[in-house]
Amino acid sequence: MASESLGAEHVSEESGLVFHPMDQFIVKPLFGDGPISWYTPTNVTLWMGLAVLAIIALLVLSTSKRAIVPGRGQSIAELAYGFVYKMVEDVTGKDGIKYFPYIMTLFMFIVCANFLGLIPGSFTTTSHLAVTVVMALAVFLTVTVLGFYLHGASFIKLFWISAAPLPLRPVLALIEVISYFVRPVSHSIRLMGNMMAGHAVIKVFAGFAAITAIAPISVLAISAIYALEILVSFIQAYVFAILTCVYLKDALHPHH
Amino acid sequence: MATETTAQHVDPLALEEAGMCVDAHGGAIGMPQLCFDWFPNQMFWLVVTLVVIFLVLSRVALPRIAAILAERQGTITNDIAAAEDLKAKAVAAEAAYNQALADARTEAQAIVAEAKAEIQADLDVAIQKADAEIAAKSAESEKAIAEIRAGALDSVKAVASDTAAELVSVLGGKADSDAVNAAVSDRLKG
Repeated sequence: MASESLGAEHVSEESGLVFHPMDQFIVKPLFGDGPISWYTPTNVTLWMGLAVLAIIALLVLSTSKRAIVPGRGQSIAELAYGFVYKMVEDVTGKDGIKYFPYIMTLFMFIVCANFLGLIPGSFTTTSHLAVTVVMALAVFLTVTVLGFYLHGASFIKLFWISAAPLPLRPVLALIEVISYFVRPVSHSIRLMGNMMAGHAVIKVFAGFAAITAIAPISVLAISAIYALEILVSFIQAYVFAILTCVYLKDALHPHH
Repeated sequence: MATETTAQHVDPLALEEAGMCVDAHGGAIGMPQLCFDWFPNQMFWLVVTLVVIFLVLSRVALPRIAAILAERQGTITNDIAAAEDLKAKAVAAEAAYNQALADARTEAQAIVAEAKAEIQADLDVAIQKADAEIAAKSAESEKAIAEIRAGALDSVKAVASDTAAELVSVLGGKADSDAVNAAVSDRLKG
């Protein structure tokens, strides 16, 4: 009773317009209404699971015929494979190829999660800091450990730019160190911010659609931003993957 | 009841500071992305998801696609090699055909020349033979004509002599055959 009256008051406060652009990012349990502990199946679980199914459909089921002349599905799978493979090869060189499955995993997860997030009413897992931070930190730690493992202490020379004049080198080294440790921050916030911003803006325009006079403009704006979001979904996955390759290249070849 | 009515007037910022992520209506307070209560859940499921994707990709999808691409590359290479082989064969066949054509042409020319020469020889022989025959025949004819002419001259002499003798006798003279003959011969010469 009390909550109903509260809800009515809540709406009337905003004079007919209802803006809840951030509600779409709320994590909810799939079953019941209890507290969310680390193992609770939530909408995160659901949409990550759907991303896994999408990847299996895209890369496994579509290639089950192993046709020499590929069909539509198999062409997409081969295109995705070739795209990421060439990216890894171009950026990291031949010795980076053995890390291709890891980068492919990240790329396929992000691109599928981003596109699934574009389904109206869905939950965008990649718009969450917790998700992108885990991936960015995993990349950062892996690359750093790999760098020290492959090159020992001489990996530090990554920060000591021998091409620069000697007096400048300490300054550059400081800048390099700072930029190196900022990497996981920019790496994760870039993806999360892009995904969150687009979805929130769509929700804001959707809120304006309640006013009849503004509704057509609102619908047009939503369509335009949706189109932009399709582009962003792909580009952000690509950017995340290619930055991972660039960081990996630093670990493999630290001597510029 | 009392707590619910107080919650209604609580500032959202205060709720956020209190560590709450969702207000009483289930709406978001601030950015849900910064709700640390949900972090373990998201991280756990993300790790599960990434591990599953990695296993699926590295065990099934990527080796399979790599095999398909390698197989296609092999097929294409083989097909190109086969096509080049066939092309070389076609070129060889064309050369052989042209050679055969040239041979046939020269042979045909030789045959034509031979036939022409043979015909010419036959023709020459036939013409020679015909010429000889024609010459013989014309000589024979000339001889016959000469004979006939000679015969006709004699006959004219005889007829003239007879006619002259008859004329003389009809005129009442006495025809001396030697005189008549002499007179006729004399006239015929003149």
